[in-house]
Amino acid sequence: MSSETAVWTSPSEGESAGAHTRAPVRKSVPLAVVRGAAFVVVAALLVSLPLLVTDYVLSAILVPVLALALAGIGQNLITGYAGQLSVGSAAFMSVGAFATYDASLHVRGLPLLVSFAFGGLVAGLVGLFFGLPSLRIRGFYLVVSTLAAQFFVVWLFTKVGWFSDYSASGVITAPKLAVAGFDLSSPGGHYWLSLLVVAPLTVLGRNLVRGRLGRSWMAVRDMEIAAAVVGVRTGRAKLLAFGIGSFYCGVAGALWAFAYLGTVEPHGLDLDRSFQVLFIVILGGLGSIAGPFVGAAFVILFPVALDQLGSALVGGSVDPGLLQNVEKIIFGALVILLLIKQPAGMARLLHIAWIRISRWRPRQA
Amino acid sequence: MAFFFEVLIGGLLAGVMYTMVALGFVLIYKASGVFNFAQGSMVLFAALTLVTLLEHGLAFPWALGASAIVMLVVAVAIERVVLRPLVHAPPMALFLATLGLAFVLEGLAQLVYGTQVHGLELGISDAPIRGLPVEISKFDLFAAGVAAALVAAIGILFQTTRAGVGLRAVADDPLAAVAVGLDLSRLWAIAWGGAGLVALVAGLLWGARVGVQFSLSLVVLKALPVLIIGGFSSIGGVIAGGLIVGASEKLAEVYVGSHMGGGIESWFPYVLAVGFLLARPTGLFGERLVERV
Repeated sequence: MSSETAVWTSPSEGESAGAHTRAPVRKSVPLAVVRGAAFVVVAALLVSLPLLVTDYVLSAILVPVLALALAGIGQNLITGYAGQLSVGSAAFMSVGAFATYDASLHVRGLPLLVSFAFGGLVAGLVGLFFGLPSLRIRGFYLVVSTLAAQFFVVWLFTKVGWFSDYSASGVITAPKLAVAGFDLSSPGGHYWLSLLVVAPLTVLGRNLVRGRLGRSWMAVRDMEIAAAVVGVRTGRAKLLAFGIGSFYCGVAGALWAFAYLGTVEPHGLDLDRSFQVLFIVILGGLGSIAGPFVGAAFVILFPVALDQLGSALVGGSVDPGLLQNVEKIIFGALVILLLIKQPAGMARLLHIAWIRISRWRPRQA
Repeated sequence: MAFFFEVLIGGLLAGVMYTMVALGFVLIYKASGVFNFAQGSMVLFAALTLVTLLEHGLAFPWALGASAIVMLVVAVAIERVVLRPLVHAPPMALFLATLGLAFVLEGLAQLVYGTQVHGLELGISDAPIRGLPVEISKFDLFAAGVAAALVAAIGILFQTTRAGVGLRAVADDPLAAVAVGLDLSRLWAIAWGGAGLVALVAGLLWGARVGVQFSLSLVVLKALPVLIIGGFSSIGGVIAGGLIVGASEKLAEVYVGSHMGGGIESWFPYVLAVGFLLARPTGLFGERLVERV
């Protein structure tokens, strides 16, 4: 994590960390020191957040934002970096959640993080399988394959009782959350668990896309034939994008089910959720690791803000159906607007704004 | 055996309804190479417009005409606001933009017209005709007739009219088409306008059958395998694709699904479509090569 993380974790922290970063650079303090200091400040802030904010903020905003951002990173690896369209991320989340549940159910004493990893791996394999058609077909035709995944997975978990341990409604309940003996069942614990999972995976994702594999993904995305000519193994790159992206989605699904909802039913992770994850990536920024965090924060916070605004304007509670439709219109319009004006998304917009602010100096007369 | 035919016919008739929606896709795909995810929302929007006008006491022909005008206006607006700025964008950006458009249209339709379910009565009986060996209603025959007429009309327009030939040129090579003086934005507006009118017809028939409600926008998802199987750029293929999807999903549901707990209708068409994609990427009647790797 470098100083650029300060931009996306949250604007308010960014300012405090940024005060340390930008100005000293001009006085030639070694960059590594500045970055190290910024990293420590941001990390300390993130870890100590449960002491600073209310339980509502933790469990209704921060935890789902982290889970959706992780799913967004997975979607972005597939779509934003490797250029393969997928509308099946909720299916992969669902596979991850159910696999995690089944692992912790059937293996006694399995550490929580190991079962998360298992869920991610199973989701990754399933993603790999549904990514196989990408070897032969291209572009939005892949939508069909991932749609097949989406509908099939929902059907499978609804119809086959084994996955949900034969609970009558097909709903699964989260196992007790504890890591290395620490009880994490409080809202703060849920947040720490999410952070513990999301932070390393984010760093890993960032390193992946900056490394050989990430470059081969972008080469495939930008011009597949040219990529093949310069020696990129395109088929391998695409399958790895599906596999690794779905691994991220799977772990995100486990977080969504266990850290956020405490339960999950197959229809909770349906096509609408897939679209939500896709929108997170488009709004936050295609081909960016920071983007999904911005996008997820927006997707979770915007309805809350709209609700507040609505009741402030009307002076009472507003019809939720009306709000939902307004929300849909604004989301759709924003997607179109960003695709036209700034395909790199809100993360880039924030970054540009941040640079402008930090470089701004009062004009000397 | 009689039961088999009953299921088959029922599936084929359902397929006719899928064809109706898929036609709108083909129009736009042929003209601009865009997979328009918002087609289902356009069906919903058109049907809601029509029903609302009818409920306000407008006579049917007037309501139909007014809805058609509304759909044309919507189409031109889409061309101006969404497509024109994205002319040079990669196909994926265009597809994602139509996804955003679908959300805008769905939200707008329900905001303006409300979310309750409307009934739509065309005055055509949906009860089985007596004396036939299988169950077919007048409405089924009417729907099949309308679909056939639409396909014929669109086919003739594409083959013979100036705009139709222009649309085919644009689909083939937009740069060359512009270079010889074709008005790209006008042609796109025509294609989207046509798709809007097709959406109105589809909304009319679907709405009469299942009621005008939000789920109309979901038929878009069933149209996708229809297009893959029939071929994205073939109007005749859409009919074949629709019939294959309709018949096979009903037969699979009855003969295979009953052994698997039922409900396989929800995913069977997609798996079938993936199979087609792997074996025959151009679809049954597609004219051009799908980009293969």
